[in-house]
Amino acid sequence: MKKQQQTEALPGTVGEGLKQRGVTRREFLKFCTAMTAMLALPPAMASVMAEAISKARRQSVIWLSFQECTGCTEAITRSHSPTLENLIFDLISLDYHHTLQAASGEAAELARTQAMKDNEGKYLLIVDGSIPMGNPGYSCIAGISNYDMLVETAKGAAAIVAVGTCATYGGIPKADPNPTGAVSVADIIKDKPIINVPGCPPIPVVMTGVLAHFLTFGGLPEMDDLGRPKSFYGDTIHDRCYRRPFYDQGKFAQSFDDEGARQGWCLFKLGCKGPVTYNACATTKWNDGTSFPIQSGHGCIGCSEPNFWDAGPLYQALSMPVSATPSMLAKAAAVGAAAGVAITWHNRSKKAAAKAAHEKVTVQELKREEK
Amino acid sequence: MSATLEKGLNAFKEVIDAPIASYFSSCVHCGLCAEACLFHNETGDPKYTPIHKLEPLRRVWKQEYTLLGKLGKMLGLTKPVTDAELTEWEPLVYDSCSMCGRCSMVCPVGNDITYMIRKMREGMAASGHAPEDLVGATTRAVTIGSPMGIKWPAVMAQIKHVQAETHIEVPVDKEGADYLVLMSSMEIINFPEYLSALSRIFKQAGVSWTLAQDAFEATNSGIQIGASDLAREIVGRIVVAAERLKVKCVISPECGHAFTAIRWEGPNLMGKPFGFEVKHILEVLDELHTAGRIKTRGKDKRPLTYHDPCQISRRGGVVEQPRRLLGAIAEDFREMPDAGVMNWCCGGGGGVSANSRAEPLRLEAFKVKKRQIETTDVHTLVTACANCRIVMEEGLEHYHMKVDVIGLTELLVDYLVEGE
Amino acid sequence: MSHLDLLTFARGSALNWALIVFAAGIVLRLFEILGLGRKADLARPRTDSPGSGWRTIFSRTLPPPGMLKREPVTYFGGYVFHFGLFIAIFFFAPHIEFFRGMTGLHWSSLPSALVDASVVAAIVALGALLAHRLNNKVKRMLSGLGDYIAWTATMLPLLTGYMAYHHLFVEYTLMLTLHLFSVELLLVLLPFTKLFHTFSLFISRWYNGDFFGRKGVAS
Repeated sequence: MKKQQQTEALPGTVGEGLKQRGVTRREFLKFCTAMTAMLALPPAMASVMAEAISKARRQSVIWLSFQECTGCTEAITRSHSPTLENLIFDLISLDYHHTLQAASGEAAELARTQAMKDNEGKYLLIVDGSIPMGNPGYSCIAGISNYDMLVETAKGAAAIVAVGTCATYGGIPKADPNPTGAVSVADIIKDKPIINVPGCPPIPVVMTGVLAHFLTFGGLPEMDDLGRPKSFYGDTIHDRCYRRPFYDQGKFAQSFDDEGARQGWCLFKLGCKGPVTYNACATTKWNDGTSFPIQSGHGCIGCSEPNFWDAGPLYQALSMPVSATPSMLAKAAAVGAAAGVAITWHNRSKKAAAKAAHEKVTVQELKREEK
Repeated sequence: MSATLEKGLNAFKEVIDAPIASYFSSCVHCGLCAEACLFHNETGDPKYTPIHKLEPLRRVWKQEYTLLGKLGKMLGLTKPVTDAELTEWEPLVYDSCSMCGRCSMVCPVGNDITYMIRKMREGMAASGHAPEDLVGATTRAVTIGSPMGIKWPAVMAQIKHVQAETHIEVPVDKEGADYLVLMSSMEIINFPEYLSALSRIFKQAGVSWTLAQDAFEATNSGIQIGASDLAREIVGRIVVAAERLKVKCVISPECGHAFTAIRWEGPNLMGKPFGFEVKHILEVLDELHTAGRIKTRGKDKRPLTYHDPCQISRRGGVVEQPRRLLGAIAEDFREMPDAGVMNWCCGGGGGVSANSRAEPLRLEAFKVKKRQIETTDVHTLVTACANCRIVMEEGLEHYHMKVDVIGLTELLVDYLVEGE
Repeated sequence: MSHLDLLTFARGSALNWALIVFAAGIVLRLFEILGLGRKADLARPRTDSPGSGWRTIFSRTLPPPGMLKREPVTYFGGYVFHFGLFIAIFFFAPHIEFFRGMTGLHWSSLPSALVDASVVAAIVALGALLAHRLNNKVKRMLSGLGDYIAWTATMLPLLTGYMAYHHLFVEYTLMLTLHLFSVELLLVLLPFTKLFHTFSLFISRWYNGDFFGRKGVAS
């Protein structure tokens, strides 16, 4: 790799940057192989990815944080693979990020607008947090409403990556009654390609995997109906869960920490939403493959799905009703009884009337006169 | 005054009760009732499916007594039951149904189709859709006293004949007797052996009994045609006589529907429980025999079998008594296939034998009895219903079968120990 | 609306309304039937009768002598279908959770593979019964639109449940939603069609057994 002198302190290409940091070619190729596998690409792609990433110019990235809890940022910055994900991250030109940037105030906003101008049409826009439409005052940055900032910044973006369920589908702020009028990025931006990376938060390596795909191929990965990359969101938790054999055998934990729970049996009865949740938790897991909620004994809450917070009680099985109660049934039965009493009264009157109208049958009246 | 469609529909509305509503609600159109019906099986014609025979009644139930039906009627979406339909249904309800009760035994959801046929006939009769022959029989039963037009003088003639034969007096209108004996027209005309047998048996058993001049006829055409008003009038004569003569028990003779009329429908027609018991002659004979008040000696050597009359056996509960009696007097008693409460109807009950229009169908339905008898390989058939006797004799002749049909009472008396 | 939103609707207000119509409908129909009353039987019943209404509720489940040979398809198909349906509804663990949610009652489940096999048997039997209904002269004559609607309303939950469990045909969350919709259709139709026999057959069998029992016959 040729050394190119840039005016900036940082190296010009990703490959140079890696070399500067002392990442060996071998380590880098190992990373690319792992990433290739994770993206469900053929093994031969590893070298293609290595070539492309090392030659890639540092991608300008603007990260907008709206109505969010900062959990997505926290997740991504957990450096559990000591060098690689962070390195990839460092070698992107992260031109604007509230939590991570050094600048603040007008200087910060200037960095954003400058990056937008310098990289017009080419920068990647990452968004986390929902956008409140109820009142712009609910969430502003430097006096600019989230909506205005999103629309303005999206104009020159090559693509948008909505990170976290808030940005992809509205998330927890959108939960009933949605006091702020929270909406997702896709509800507002209709004219740019959007990759949705939901999760509350998303798995860190899923984030970087999507970026790696973008860096390697310059385009969007194959996505499902909800705009999620199929390589990470193609299967449900249920279909990849290591406890699935217990579901199939009908072995369930009945309550937290009971015998079945200790045996590691299926958590369906404890409200696990695994069957209807698409994410990579069951395979990729969290904290560098340490565990995921089900493995820790808690059912999946479906956090990468739209409106998951309103999709029924968290600790009631998927097959349980969301809001029906025994008292509702009792009331319905009472209504039926009231109607039944009315109909019985009507029926009996009719029958009594028929009885009263009974004309005694005589042998003369067994025939029709007209016959 | 005339029968009218309105009277018929009114009668339908009157008879529909909780059981009928439940039965119509439960029918799932499985067709198993057809497989139990001899008229369907022997003809293969699906229109003889028992539940299908009730279709007009079902529509009245739906339209009058269900919420959806009432709404439908209000909105003009329902088809009312018409005269033309009742005309079409008349042969289904009368010619192809003897109210034998087999369908009621097999319906998987528990429908008592026989019960519903009986009730439906109320509306058929009131609207003038009962078969002509049945109308004639009922008219004679009401106006003359018996469906075959027999009057007391004819009965007296038989009594004289029997007395001459047995040298036993036949009591008439004897107050305080234990038993009031009834007879069916068939017995009076065709089988006087019944009365002579009773005389001898009761003498031997030391039983006090009587006939009643104003209530000798047991059969009830009102039940068969399905007009409760007329059935009440007919059965009322017996009740009045029984109460007047202060008898303990009324004996229903060897006749199927007579037993149903007096034992089961009687109190309900009269609107009050009886102060006297009602028994079928088989029950009385069995009691007397078990108690040792009558004894038999010797056994009939002929291989013979027993036909269960539907109203006595399946719909009446008198199943074991004839078998106990036959066990005592028959050496080679063979049960036919399906014997007992699932036995096959002779095809002539419920007014079918009185209905000349139904004769071809009845003879075709008889094939099931023919097969039963052939399988059992006997030439002697014992039964306890005079109507079954006549019907089976006709059927056997039609199919050129040489089988003797005898009444159980008259067979019993052949082996009765008398005078000791 | 995403598939999950549709599922939440199916589990939520759609289910609520279906259950309300079901519960109210059942009670209404029971009043409609029983409210007509039955005149007291004034004839003296036999005292030592082998028959009774309660006995017939159970005994009528078995075929009377001679009938099984005459109609094996109706009987065997009926048994396999009803048994399979019963197992599927009441012994599949997720369904038991549903009943727990609605009534507080719960019981042991059967292994899901066994339930799966029962469902296959039920589906095949129900298919055979339809074929028989179309080909048998008596059944064909008796059958009308109501019978075919009832058949469809019964088949759909079995099929969609099977397909959901095995991830067939459409995406799982959507398939599960279709399964719930099909169950809701069945719930709404049940009180007002021949499917009401689910409840009324107990009443019919009782009346039947009582009528025959008084006469000394076990029906």
